[in-house]
Amino acid sequence: MASITFSELKGTSTRFWFLAGLIGLFAALGLGSAYYMEHHGHIVTGMNNSIVWGMPHVFAVFLIVAASGALNAASIASVFGKMAYKPLAPLSGLLAIALLAGGLTVLMLDLGRPDRLIIAMTYLNPKSVFAWNVLLYTGFFTFVAVYLWTMMDKTKVTYTKEAGMAAFIWRLVLTTGTGSIFGFLVAREPYSTALLAPMFIIMSFAYGMALYLLVLIAAYTGSGRPLGDAILQRLGRLLGVFVAAALYFVFVYHLTNLYFTKQHAVEKFILLDGGIYTTMFWLGQIIIGGVLPLIILLNAKLRASRTLLVAACLMIVVGGLAQMYVTIIGGQAFPLDIFPGWQESSSFFDGVTHHYAPSLPETLLGLGGLAIALLIVTLGVKVLRFLPASLADADVDPHKKA
Amino acid sequence: MSQPQNTENQSAQAVDEHRRNFIGTSAALATLTIAPGVMVYGLAHSKPADEPVSNKVRWGMLIDSSKCADGCTDCVTACFTENGISLPSTPPKETDSQWIRKVELKDMRTSRTQSLPVMCQHCEEPPCVDVCPTGASFKRADGIVLVDRHICIGCRYCMMACPYKARSFVHETLTDQNPDVPRGKGCVESCTMCVQRVDQGLNPACADACTKAGHQAILFGDLNDPNSEIAKRIASKATVQLRADLALNPGIRYEGF
Repeated sequence: MASITFSELKGTSTRFWFLAGLIGLFAALGLGSAYYMEHHGHIVTGMNNSIVWGMPHVFAVFLIVAASGALNAASIASVFGKMAYKPLAPLSGLLAIALLAGGLTVLMLDLGRPDRLIIAMTYLNPKSVFAWNVLLYTGFFTFVAVYLWTMMDKTKVTYTKEAGMAAFIWRLVLTTGTGSIFGFLVAREPYSTALLAPMFIIMSFAYGMALYLLVLIAAYTGSGRPLGDAILQRLGRLLGVFVAAALYFVFVYHLTNLYFTKQHAVEKFILLDGGIYTTMFWLGQIIIGGVLPLIILLNAKLRASRTLLVAACLMIVVGGLAQMYVTIIGGQAFPLDIFPGWQESSSFFDGVTHHYAPSLPETLLGLGGLAIALLIVTLGVKVLRFLPASLADADVDPHKKA
Repeated sequence: MSQPQNTENQSAQAVDEHRRNFIGTSAALATLTIAPGVMVYGLAHSKPADEPVSNKVRWGMLIDSSKCADGCTDCVTACFTENGISLPSTPPKETDSQWIRKVELKDMRTSRTQSLPVMCQHCEEPPCVDVCPTGASFKRADGIVLVDRHICIGCRYCMMACPYKARSFVHETLTDQNPDVPRGKGCVESCTMCVQRVDQGLNPACADACTKAGHQAILFGDLNDPNSEIAKRIASKATVQLRADLALNPGIRYEGF
């Protein structure tokens, strides 16, 4: 195997600066929206006392979950010793840090009192899964940063495997924590299940890998560096397996709920008559985010087309956002059953499907988080040596036949 | 015979008047003397401001839905007035703060209707306290669940966790607040069981309003004191905890439905 040379992107073209400017504009719009929301209060969002988490949380949780999955390529290289993935590892680490930073920015700026961030970091309730997550996020940044250091500093290369293993274990713990934010909510029928933690892990594999492939293809196509088909084929096939596994978890989750009579009402709401949530589930999460990408990714001929591969990845991202919308907002729209067996009504909207219409500022804040993540990656690959000069098949895979 | 009798009666009347005046003046003087003492005694029974609350007491309420009048919202009005909350807009908005609300119930099988107030249930094992990342949601030793407005970051995780939809988020800038009840934009809030009144030995505003309206559907008291009326009634009658399946042991109990 030829030694892999990593180098910065030149990034001097108009196209590069246009792209960076466009992403920067979205990041600025997101920050501006957060200021607007902070100034006027959450009254300018679609969130209310019934739907307390809205569009910012859809984006934030998606980005945090995807951050863990973005580390796939690096984990496969360092933990499972697959040489072909080694050149892909630094970008994988950078994207993981960037996505987590983007997601956390959104989560933080949506707080009712973002000015009290220091309190969130210094007053920790040991029983709160949210407080655990504060430690998990910090740990993830640290482990991945150290891991990147061992990869990029040639004098520290001997520690890469250990650092990679630590980051791998931590990402699993991290996503267990993210899934448990919902899994530990005892009072709400759609949540309160241990299945959410492993389901979030498998979904993170798919979302993170899809975003990774999109960034990889965009960077190499944009910079004109060679990118071989073989590596894309491998990543694409693996992504297909992740999407199938995620669908399996969704199937088991709903099958179990459908078996429990007490869960029939909430299942009927999500699967049959929940309006936007039913549409988002079937069209967004299952068809666009699951079935269609699966058809492309599990068929060698179809995924050989880069256009179709990119389409599959984009569909997984859209499906992932739809899944978060159904899980987070659909889960709250279904009313709490405080008096089982009774029909409830009140001035506080007991017993009715809760209304939520996302406003522009909160949507821009969510998109701003994605933009911040992409901006970190764009500037990262410009100033540091994250990308191999060539990912041509012959340079990457020693066993590749000429 | 009749004349002397009349004279006797007259003199007896005169003596009576004198005694009456004397007793009246004495009673007034005694009231003036004793009243502050009685007040001090009352205050002595309430908790001094510098004394920590004790877990010997567990404050709770028993709500009798059979006495709760349909259409009466005196408890809600009293709560909102006491705590400086604007009454819900008409039609109500999902962003309005509501610390207490009247819930109308209809039995799905028999169509029997009921009406009762629902507020923070002041759980012994409150899920809002469990999930709060900063510890802003907390339970006092006497069982009252509160939000520390100084360290609430407004993440709303407690609202996700509460099984009773008891909490509200302040969505916009507030004006005309009650100085005893600090509230603030960007923080979560809920029924405090009128902690500012309870600490002075008074009943929560909702309970007093219900009594004043003649319904007496809300009984406030110490669940830990076997001699309190609330403890006696809970010991002798079938009462219900909302979402008892969650084993949170709320301090608010219901009867009559």
